[in-house]
Amino acid sequence: MNASAEEAAAASTTSSELLAVVASRELAGRRTVFAGIGLPTLAASLAHLTVAPTLEIVYESGVCGAHPSHLPETIADAVLITDAEAVLSMPALFGYVLQGGHIDVGFLGAAQVDRWGNLNSSVIGEWDHPKVRLPGSGGAMEVMANAGEVFVVMRRHEPRSLPERLDFCTSPGPDRALAEGIRPLGAGVTRVITDLGVLARQGPGEELRLVAVHPGVTVGQVRAATGWDLRVAPDLGTVPPPTEDELRMLRRDVDPGRVYLR
Amino acid sequence: MGPDVLPAAGARSARDKAMGMREAIASFVYDGDTVCLEGFTHLIPTAAGHEIIRQRRRGLTVVRMTADIVVDQMLAGGCVSKLVSSFVGNSSAGSLGELRRRIERGVPEPLEFEEYSHYGMVCRYLAGAQRLPFYPLRSYAGSDLPSVNPALRTVTSPYAGPDGEPERVYVVPPVNPDVTIVHAQRADRSGNTQVWGLTGVQAEAVFAARRAVVVVEEIVSDDVIRSDPNRTVIPAHAVDAVVECPRGAHPSFAQGYYDRDNAFYRAWSHISKDPVRLRDWMAEWIHGTGDHTEYLARLRGEFDSRLAVGEALSLPVNYGRRL
Repeated sequence: MNASAEEAAAASTTSSELLAVVASRELAGRRTVFAGIGLPTLAASLAHLTVAPTLEIVYESGVCGAHPSHLPETIADAVLITDAEAVLSMPALFGYVLQGGHIDVGFLGAAQVDRWGNLNSSVIGEWDHPKVRLPGSGGAMEVMANAGEVFVVMRRHEPRSLPERLDFCTSPGPDRALAEGIRPLGAGVTRVITDLGVLARQGPGEELRLVAVHPGVTVGQVRAATGWDLRVAPDLGTVPPPTEDELRMLRRDVDPGRVYLR
Repeated sequence: MGPDVLPAAGARSARDKAMGMREAIASFVYDGDTVCLEGFTHLIPTAAGHEIIRQRRRGLTVVRMTADIVVDQMLAGGCVSKLVSSFVGNSSAGSLGELRRRIERGVPEPLEFEEYSHYGMVCRYLAGAQRLPFYPLRSYAGSDLPSVNPALRTVTSPYAGPDGEPERVYVVPPVNPDVTIVHAQRADRSGNTQVWGLTGVQAEAVFAARRAVVVVEEIVSDDVIRSDPNRTVIPAHAVDAVVECPRGAHPSFAQGYYDRDNAFYRAWSHISKDPVRLRDWMAEWIHGTGDHTEYLARLRGEFDSRLAVGEALSLPVNYGRRL
């Protein structure tokens, strides 16, 4: 593809497409991913077609090895069950698969993420008298504690989504767990993919650093949009824009009905 | 030995427990009860929730992992004073208007909320079903949830962990609902209940309860059940009532029977956001219908068109027969 076609593809890319493509690349070489619905499903489905053809997507509803005929609208969509390799009960899914340590990567969304990769999906404001009551943990706490590592996708990189202090810590990273003397199985959040770039950390004791920005985004912009004093990796990179192939597969094969590609 | 040579397992399991929805709710759900409704996105016992609203039960504690549309409706019906849950949202389709008003502003009255994570709820059912004092899990360490839910506590294992030291681990208490209601594809008249597709936590929730009501798409003969005993998720001895209520899980789905009404899930965020619109909806669809048959009549041809599913049959397995 020539440079102008590449630029044209990138120019028409929506924020959802950008996040899904970048997230999909992070799944290269992974065996099992625990994916919620929405962007994580898109990213995992695209990775299946590109960088991780043997990737197994495990859904919170209990489905392993799904072969859906249509893009699922929920984590429990009937199309995930028909033709699946296995459908497990909740005790088996959470107890044996997740707590048993069979998940390489967990994919989570959240209203807020802090510098240590702790997540809030419960409330904005006080828990007792919330300004906004959010859905809560669901299985996020279990994914955080037990998946090998966790990727987080944030649609909007802004100070209230990446604050200095969470309104409420729903799903704690390993540092908070260790402070209580309890060692979780996994490394916690290792990637935060936003509309401005990618933050990363290796594991316990490390805070998230800016490791890459999207083309045209400056470090100053990202730091201003972050609620804490964001550190920047010395070898800061630029995220390669979505290729024409990636966008074609995403639009034609993964989400032709544009259920999630808003 | 032929299958009918031995006597049946016991009077309770062999009893005919089939009854109508109205009678089942009247007989097994009382004011002030702790009522568990389970079904993880699949097979949600919505029709039973609607009948609880019609019969105007009050002061209920509702226990449900994913408190979604049916819980929002029961809140709007004034039935619920306390909720025990691990996810309070309208799936990925938006918000629950009544629940948010109750929790955020105490309007029209406050809602007591006891919050867990999904596996925390699963472990509460596991402890409840086994009559254990608590159940350990590797969640909650470092979370703010224990600070707002004093039921989340730690114990120290009496055994050495991987590093030779005794491990500290979080535990949840058992839950033993007064009544658990689940929806399933089919059962026989004594309550042997078969589920396929997502089986969720229905068996654990039923075994944890003091009384159990199973709502099914169809009541089938013993022969059908006994042709595939591994598909029986809940045995008759755990069941008190069997209610045949086709399409009783709408707007959720029943694998192999009908699909999920995704449009309704999306619409619910708008319906429930406006208290006046919600009141009108409740008046028309729940109080304005005598039973689930009338509710379905209002949906008109939706099940035959939009929600119909095709066939994907499993291959039979051979259970064998001694020669």
